[in-house]
Amino acid sequence: MSNSFPVLCIVILVMDTIRRDLEGRVPWTLLYVNNVKLPFTTQEELQRQPVSVFLYEYMLGKSKEAEIKRINKELANIRSKFKGDKALDGYSKKKYVCKLLFIFLLGHDIDFGHMEAVNLLSSNKYTEKQIGYLFISVLVNSNSDLIRLINNAIKNDLSSRNPTFMNLALHCIANVGSREMAEAFAAEVPRILVAGDTMDSVKQSAALCLLRLNRTSPDLIPMGEWTSRVVHLLNDQHLGVVTAATSLIITLAQKNPDDFKTSVSLAVARLSRIVTSASTDLQDYTYYFVAAPWLSVKLLRLLQCYPPPEDAAIRGRLTECLETILNKAQEPPKSKKVQHSNAKNAVLFEAISLIIHHDSEPTLLVRACNQLGQFLQHRETNLRYLALESMCMLASSEFSHEAVKTHIETVINALKTERDVSVRQRAVDLLYAMCDRSNAKQIVAEMLSYLETADYSIREEIVLKVAILAEKYAVDYTWYVDTILNLIRIAGDYVSEEVWYRVIQIVINRDDVQGYAAKTVFEALQAPACHENLVKVGGYILGEFGNLIAGDPRSSPLIQFNLLHSKFHLCSVPTRALLLSAYVKFINLFPEVKGTIQEVLRADSQLRNADVELQQRAVEYLRLSCIASTDILATVLEEMPPFPERESSILAKLKKKKGSGTVSDMEDSRKERSTNVNGSNDHIVANTNVKVTTSPSSDLLGLGHTQAAALNSASPPVTSNAASLLVDVFTESLPVVPPTSIIEENFSRFVCKNNGVLYENQLLQIGLKSEFRQNLVIGLSGVFPGVSVQSCFYVTAASIVSLMAHSQLNIHTTPADPVVDGGAQLQQVFNIECLLDFVEAPVLSVHFRYGGSMQNISIRLPITLNKFFQPTEMTSQEFFQRWKQLGAPQQEVQKIFKAKHSMDTEVTKAKIIGFGTALLDGVDPNPSNFVGAGVIHTKTIQVGCLLRLEPNTQAQASCSMYRLTLRTSRDTVSQRLCDLLSDQF
Amino acid sequence: MMRFLLLFSRQGKLRLQKWFLPLPEREKKKIIRDMVAMVLARKPRTCNFLHWRDLKIVYKRYASLYFCCGLEEQDNELLALEVLHRYVELLDKYFGNVCELDIIFNFEKAYFILDEFLMGGEIQETSKLSISKSIEASDMLQEVRGSVQAPYQSYQSQAASKKAIT
Repeated sequence: MSNSFPVLCIVILVMDTIRRDLEGRVPWTLLYVNNVKLPFTTQEELQRQPVSVFLYEYMLGKSKEAEIKRINKELANIRSKFKGDKALDGYSKKKYVCKLLFIFLLGHDIDFGHMEAVNLLSSNKYTEKQIGYLFISVLVNSNSDLIRLINNAIKNDLSSRNPTFMNLALHCIANVGSREMAEAFAAEVPRILVAGDTMDSVKQSAALCLLRLNRTSPDLIPMGEWTSRVVHLLNDQHLGVVTAATSLIITLAQKNPDDFKTSVSLAVARLSRIVTSASTDLQDYTYYFVAAPWLSVKLLRLLQCYPPPEDAAIRGRLTECLETILNKAQEPPKSKKVQHSNAKNAVLFEAISLIIHHDSEPTLLVRACNQLGQFLQHRETNLRYLALESMCMLASSEFSHEAVKTHIETVINALKTERDVSVRQRAVDLLYAMCDRSNAKQIVAEMLSYLETADYSIREEIVLKVAILAEKYAVDYTWYVDTILNLIRIAGDYVSEEVWYRVIQIVINRDDVQGYAAKTVFEALQAPACHENLVKVGGYILGEFGNLIAGDPRSSPLIQFNLLHSKFHLCSVPTRALLLSAYVKFINLFPEVKGTIQEVLRADSQLRNADVELQQRAVEYLRLSCIASTDILATVLEEMPPFPERESSILAKLKKKKGSGTVSDMEDSRKERSTNVNGSNDHIVANTNVKVTTSPSSDLLGLGHTQAAALNSASPPVTSNAASLLVDVFTESLPVVPPTSIIEENFSRFVCKNNGVLYENQLLQIGLKSEFRQNLVIGLSGVFPGVSVQSCFYVTAASIVSLMAHSQLNIHTTPADPVVDGGAQLQQVFNIECLLDFVEAPVLSVHFRYGGSMQNISIRLPITLNKFFQPTEMTSQEFFQRWKQLGAPQQEVQKIFKAKHSMDTEVTKAKIIGFGTALLDGVDPNPSNFVGAGVIHTKTIQVGCLLRLEPNTQAQASCSMYRLTLRTSRDTVSQRLCDLLSDQF
Repeated sequence: MMRFLLLFSRQGKLRLQKWFLPLPEREKKKIIRDMVAMVLARKPRTCNFLHWRDLKIVYKRYASLYFCCGLEEQDNELLALEVLHRYVELLDKYFGNVCELDIIFNFEKAYFILDEFLMGGEIQETSKLSISKSIEASDMLQEVRGSVQAPYQSYQSQAASKKAIT
């Protein structure tokens, strides 16, 4: 193909030129484009095309270096022309700007010519203006200094009343769409859109231009009386106008559903007219015998912004439309062309989406399912792909779940025979979605066998899915254990830590499966080559439950130990560490192998291992086994207690991988008995109370998962129609689901400090900086790292940070740029004024779009009463004078509490200063006591506070005590401050 | 909403790029690289849809050119295929048996036609008739105003020797 084209071309060209040459009329030129030649009939004709002359020369360049040389020469030439004394006429200016554009599109950087392009905008020659606008829409980025000049030119064109010029200007606004432009034209564009005398084509441009501005700067678009007139554009005569207006209304309706409610009945009416029209009625809006497919799809999409219509008549009419669309799918095609079938099915799929969205008409749902079932076996790959995708959605509806299940054989077949990996991927998704107790065994078996040949890129995901399904639908836990071990055997490299942690958790928590698990891992370990993950699982399980199979002479303690130890030298350090822990557990379980194991631990390769962790374990375990009595050993090396129930870490991982709705939809019904596994290999060690490592708190990893889970579970179920990339800032009506929980974990850390990281997870990090200047000013900065290891997920974060209203606090926010790209930073400043003392801290909610769905995070913002302190310096005398004045019993609060941290004078001082009061030195007669004073500023009153902290150093170091006394002029303040501060030591 | 539209050749040379939302230059380059690599690696007779990050990618090959666009989650893939097809039809109608060379030599026309058809990532006008009318009108405008620019018809004599896209 690639060869035949130029060859054929050249032959024809050569013949052509020879003939012309013989005729002897005109000179000819050959153009080289890559390796294709194209003749111009005359030199003159060639030169009339401003770019072509250059193209011609450019194409003659044979190598990359020659090309760059040629281009640099040309750039220098253009630069000199632009800088030259002689003013260029419009034509040459256009020519050079056009050349620059061409060079840019070839992939070279252009850093000049913008000014000339802007000049072209004010030309009254259409082509010059047009090239100017093209250059600007391709090359001017949104924060250029030229925006003001460009805006002026646009303003002129918008008021020119020449529809062609107006269209050019509107296109330019839509193409650049910066904030400055939005500011300049946000009022003008809606006016043009609804003005009675605007031409249809301009209306179309204005509608889409407004849509574009609304996406990037929604806060700037004034809502008003024009909105109702926009809705009525749905009735317009001109179908092009209706199409453009529908796109606009969809976007606006997602933000303000109530304002555009009336569009539902109009959309249904319009749709019904299109659906019932004969294919010739709509003239040029009929596309390959399908009546207005684009408009139909848009209308169906608009209806998906709303619940099913309440009015029975409208509802009936809509049902009729949907039935007609479903009926049409059964009719023989009016054309054999793929365009016909694509357009027709596009409407059909959109109708099915609407049916699924409404999820209220069982008959329609079942019909939709049957239709998709037909597509599953269609010869068009595209349709099979889409059918699998849509069916995933149907599977989650209770009405159609059973109907979807009937197609299981077809889907399994697709998994086996489909040649296209992306189709197979959809088949896996659908199997996952349609799985329930009745077919779990079959589906898991099929997925396992597919895993052996699956594409490497999707293996990890399949592994997670198999692990989840096996756990969720396990009636018989021996099946579960078999499945996971199979999983490790088939795709050990793709079995992430979460998966094997999980199987261990489950085995530990369920007595009935422990013996079977021990027997199975023992058998699996006998394979000559087994995956390291299997060794880990095997080591752990035999270490805990090896005794359950020790009665069998084929798996006697010694055989078990030798089997494990035969793998030891092949394993990585963490696995070896785990095996050492298993060995020490063996010493407890089987006193008869104690000698053998001690021998192993005593070997130089263990005791003098270069790895500190291994060496330490070997030394300590050996020592423990030598000195401890059997009773102590039995206590220390006791069986692990059941794990606490938490959300499955695997599920969190899958959600993290997918990021979007497909998984989370299915989780709603899930009532998981779930526990989480600690992240380290130190379970055994942790239990033995032998301090072996400086390992982080064993809960750390688990905590991370909970955060991720909290984040993900907060995402609304199907935000298919939720605002897409760009979301409004601070809109109250944004369709977000209230978060399930408010995160407070770092709250107390901020009582005595003002800066730091407030919250962090895989997606974002929120930092806090606060400062008291009459009002409290806090700045928040969110960083969206957005990139995760090895999975293609992506935070296109438009984010919203808002503070919920608070009764005692007056909160002012400064709007921030709402669009944040992955990796970028968003800053948000709040000004907070305290009206009256308070206990409840405000909640910060962060919404952003991540992987297709809206995410909410709510965090208790550490705005505590003490943030409004102003320190007061005073002498000893003053202090005690006031102290006595505040002597009323309700004004004093005293608390005696145990120290949580060791007593360090400097740290304590820093905390008191951080708390906001002044630290008064030399006031208290006892130098080891701390006293502080300050005034809390609220809008209504000012509350003076005195505090005194008395450490009791006489008490034992292990339980040193403090006595904290607070005296303020207001009893509630005393109580609150005492609570806050006593938590800090 | 369509996020971007790219046209590239089988050799991976970019012929046209249109971004419907502003992106930093680096990001654009990365997307182009990813798209070209992904789409060119696809085997024949596989489906025209892909998932990439949180976007749906729809592509179709016309002769030596790949048309490739990125859609958001809720967009209709099949219809996007027809958007690509309609664009090819429009180019074809304007250039007469359009080929890759037309798009190279008259890139500005290719952009103008696209602007008439799509705006802000949404369909502006679906009628072939209306679009060609407005393109013709603007071509007329430049002739009337006395521009020296030659009409594209100069290429049409070579139509026979060109391999058309459609």
